[in-house]
Amino acid sequence: MIRYILRRLLLVIPVVVGVTFLAYSMVLLTGDPTSALAGEHATPALRAQIREQLGLDDPLLVQYARYVGRLLQGDFGTSIMTRTPVGSELRQFFPATMELAFSAMLIAILIGVPLGVIAGYKHNTFVDLANTVAALIGVSMPIFWLALIMLWVFGLKLGWFPTTGRLDTAVELTKITNLYVVDSLLTSNPAALWNALHHLALPAMALATIPTAFIARITRSAMLDVLGEDYIRTARAKGAVERVVVFRHALKNAMLPVLTVIGLQVGLLMSGAILTETIFAWPGMGRWVVNAIIARNIPVIQTAVLVFALIFVFVNLLVDLLYAWVDPRIHYG
Amino acid sequence: MTRLEGTKFELPAFADASALEGGPPRPPWKDVLSRLRRNKLAVAGFIIIGFVIVMALTAPFVAQQHPDANGTFKIFPRDNKQPPSLAHLMGTDALGRDMLSLVIYGSRVSLLVGVFAVGFAILLGAFLGAISGYAGGRLDNVIMRLMDIMLAFPSILLALAIVVIIGPGLFNAMLAVGVVSIPTYARITRATVLAESNRDYVLSARAVGAGPQRILWRHIMPNALSPLIIAASLGIATAILDAAGLGFLGLGAQPPTPEWGLLLSRNRSHIFTSPWMVFFPGISIMFLVLGFNLLGDGLRDALDPKMSRQR
Repeated sequence: MIRYILRRLLLVIPVVVGVTFLAYSMVLLTGDPTSALAGEHATPALRAQIREQLGLDDPLLVQYARYVGRLLQGDFGTSIMTRTPVGSELRQFFPATMELAFSAMLIAILIGVPLGVIAGYKHNTFVDLANTVAALIGVSMPIFWLALIMLWVFGLKLGWFPTTGRLDTAVELTKITNLYVVDSLLTSNPAALWNALHHLALPAMALATIPTAFIARITRSAMLDVLGEDYIRTARAKGAVERVVVFRHALKNAMLPVLTVIGLQVGLLMSGAILTETIFAWPGMGRWVVNAIIARNIPVIQTAVLVFALIFVFVNLLVDLLYAWVDPRIHYG
Repeated sequence: MTRLEGTKFELPAFADASALEGGPPRPPWKDVLSRLRRNKLAVAGFIIIGFVIVMALTAPFVAQQHPDANGTFKIFPRDNKQPPSLAHLMGTDALGRDMLSLVIYGSRVSLLVGVFAVGFAILLGAFLGAISGYAGGRLDNVIMRLMDIMLAFPSILLALAIVVIIGPGLFNAMLAVGVVSIPTYARITRATVLAESNRDYVLSARAVGAGPQRILWRHIMPNALSPLIIAASLGIATAILDAAGLGFLGLGAQPPTPEWGLLLSRNRSHIFTSPWMVFFPGISIMFLVLGFNLLGDGLRDALDPKMSRQR
């Protein structure tokens, strides 16, 4: 087990190196960085000076090492647009996305798992078919379209939810973690908590749709596999109540594949966040990176790409480790 | 990961009654087809895709308005923002153009994107995967670690990064969406090659003196075809969605291309007054993507009964 964990951790190293290298090389691949800083018509002398200052004439590997060195010190460069350190912008936008993604995941698990259990248990019935079709439609839906329709129906026609931002400007909140729900709990501020949740509801539900569909599908098929096992028949034969059979005996064993899918969903969630945040004007990483791409704000793009990829890598690592821990049958050499 | 027996290329002799009687053997694809036909959802997917393909091909005849030589649709300012009616089944946009015509011409773009991106990704992915699985050793390690790094990025994000580097536009978006899915096909192919290389028929082919090239491409690779076809159908669905997402962000197709994601994003500001402008392009994307997802699921059941979860 310990050997497996160590080996799995070692495997992360080349991936992290690759990811940072790609993030770094984006500066060079997107054209002459001196043009971005000094404009297209900069004099050769000025360009040379900038190259000298930034060390662009050094060997690529030296430049890369310097970039990683700066990253390790928490220096992500300076945003070309706002002239503020990218790191401080990151501290502001990152929690916003985390809050959104975490809520969406929670919704997806709370809805998707029970739906899948029911469909698997009642398979080949109308409930199952309806579930399958709904899940397929969920997976096929462009999330930006769904988000817009939800914005129109629930935000505008019905007026149930606010349509932009994380908090009304009139609401006061002391920011500690920048996770507004957590902050309002920490400062015991019920008004802000309600307001933050109210703002969170629509984008989180929109973002949760696709993961819900995926989780429901996987839970269904995992339940189908498990319900056919001998130990389920044994449990029934010894007279266990059906509820106990389904939830204690079956669901527990069906959770393994579901766990993996939840890990993989994190990537989809981040892709979805990019689109959802754009629509709900949610001040998070997604909107940040899209605006940066349009403005060719390379330091921000670099950082966002890096952070997104690292989260993805570590979540998958976590899932793998969890997998080994949950399933004692698996012995990794 | 997926071993295929008795489906496409290796029919056990006893499974084929007609072979015993001496008649011509039943071709394996007929089995697949009849299994596919029995799957109602797959048939639905097939019909949806067929419908969209016919629509795309007959666009010059069925659409009301047509693009000129530059691909621009004529504007009719006086007809702007008409809600859906008999004259304009999907209403008109802010420039008075018939939404239905735009959507019909848009189907060409989405089909093209899906097929091109996935075709490109399969060619490269299957090649890399085959080499990786068959050569093994250091080459395998290098290729697969590279694929791992690519898989470490959420797909839209990697596509975005690629578009940042090579610039926005329909072709570049197709390329980006394709590149992103290379690792999927590489992994599938590699798994098949690994599983097949120690089978008896490979050993016997080697024994009669077939070279490594011939063994890999003629004997082993046909077995990777089924899993690749399944992945391709589902992959086209993802590619269409991702490309529409890029179009929506303004980084994919550029005006005047009537790409569905782009149409949707251009009409976004009118959602409060004219929701149909947003509704129809979106539902079209969903319809076509659903078609490919249904077909992919059905193909999985038909081509690979062992992989099927349905009982």
